[in-house]
Amino acid sequence: MNAKLYASIAVVITGTILLYAVSDFPAFGDPRSPANAGVAGGAPSASQYYIKNTYLDTKVPNLVTAVLADYRSYDTLFETVVIFTAGMAIFAIIRVVRRDDSVEVPADPKIDGDHHRIVVGITCRLVVPLVQIFALYVIAHGHYSPGGGFQGGVMLGASFILLALSTSLPEALSRFGEDHFMKLACLGVFVYAGFGFLPMIFGRNFLDYGALQGVFMTKGEEMARSHGIFGVEIGVALTVMSVMFAMFANLSSRGRLRGGL
Amino acid sequence: MILSFDIILLLFLVVAAIISLWVKDLLAAAMVFGIYGFLICLLWAGMGAVDVAFTEATVGAGASTVLIVATVLNTRRRSSD
Repeated sequence: MNAKLYASIAVVITGTILLYAVSDFPAFGDPRSPANAGVAGGAPSASQYYIKNTYLDTKVPNLVTAVLADYRSYDTLFETVVIFTAGMAIFAIIRVVRRDDSVEVPADPKIDGDHHRIVVGITCRLVVPLVQIFALYVIAHGHYSPGGGFQGGVMLGASFILLALSTSLPEALSRFGEDHFMKLACLGVFVYAGFGFLPMIFGRNFLDYGALQGVFMTKGEEMARSHGIFGVEIGVALTVMSVMFAMFANLSSRGRLRGGL
Repeated sequence: MILSFDIILLLFLVVAAIISLWVKDLLAAAMVFGIYGFLICLLWAGMGAVDVAFTEATVGAGASTVLIVATVLNTRRRSSD
């Protein structure tokens, strides 16, 4: 009980300091705050630049996607690497590689007269493809509407988790096994970094997709940037999807990838 | 942003956070934590940050709840403190 008391005192003090700091912030959506308008008499701010030039530079109407995957692409590359590292950490800490038969494996998941499993199983089998198609739409449509690689990747991973929950983990692993999701997690980072290195072949900066207009055969550099953003989003989605499902599979089966929920 | 709607959401947010710490049953705590994530998602959508709200809805309210539930089912269900 004492530990909880001390913890709540620490939380209250930290929260009070944070709320006190918030009172120094400019008002929500204030166009004259330094972050939005820049320093008076100085250079214009980054947000002004993005609002004026994003569509001209990249032909992407969704500013968030353009900033995330083009202007601040280096940042997102290492966010993807962080997720990949989380997957590797789960593998290193939880996964039990040595063979032991102490854990019980459920015999046949299809039990006679188990109506609830039938209803849930059939419903989820109908829902899973819809979730996956919507996830692909979210990835591909991230230029025009909210969405992108992270959200679509989580939804793809969640569709496999739904399959594992509604049938059984071995059933889901037979469709998306460990050798697949490990390779796809690596492939996602490789795709992202590859889109970074390709412009260097053409003598441009790392992750400067404008140099890829010869590869994508687009009219101008703007459309090449738009396609580059899409390619990068695919890499992010592959890594996020694989790591999400790897985490679930390892956590729910205590790292043995057999039996499970 | 509608002020009264925001206040209701923030109240629910604080209540959900306290309940998820208070409850001894960790499975219930995981569910309330999912509700907490969804309320934050609503707040972000209200502030116009739709991309962040989308991420919070998928990761915070969806995937992380499932991961916590999977962990709870493999450990003890009751909290000891």
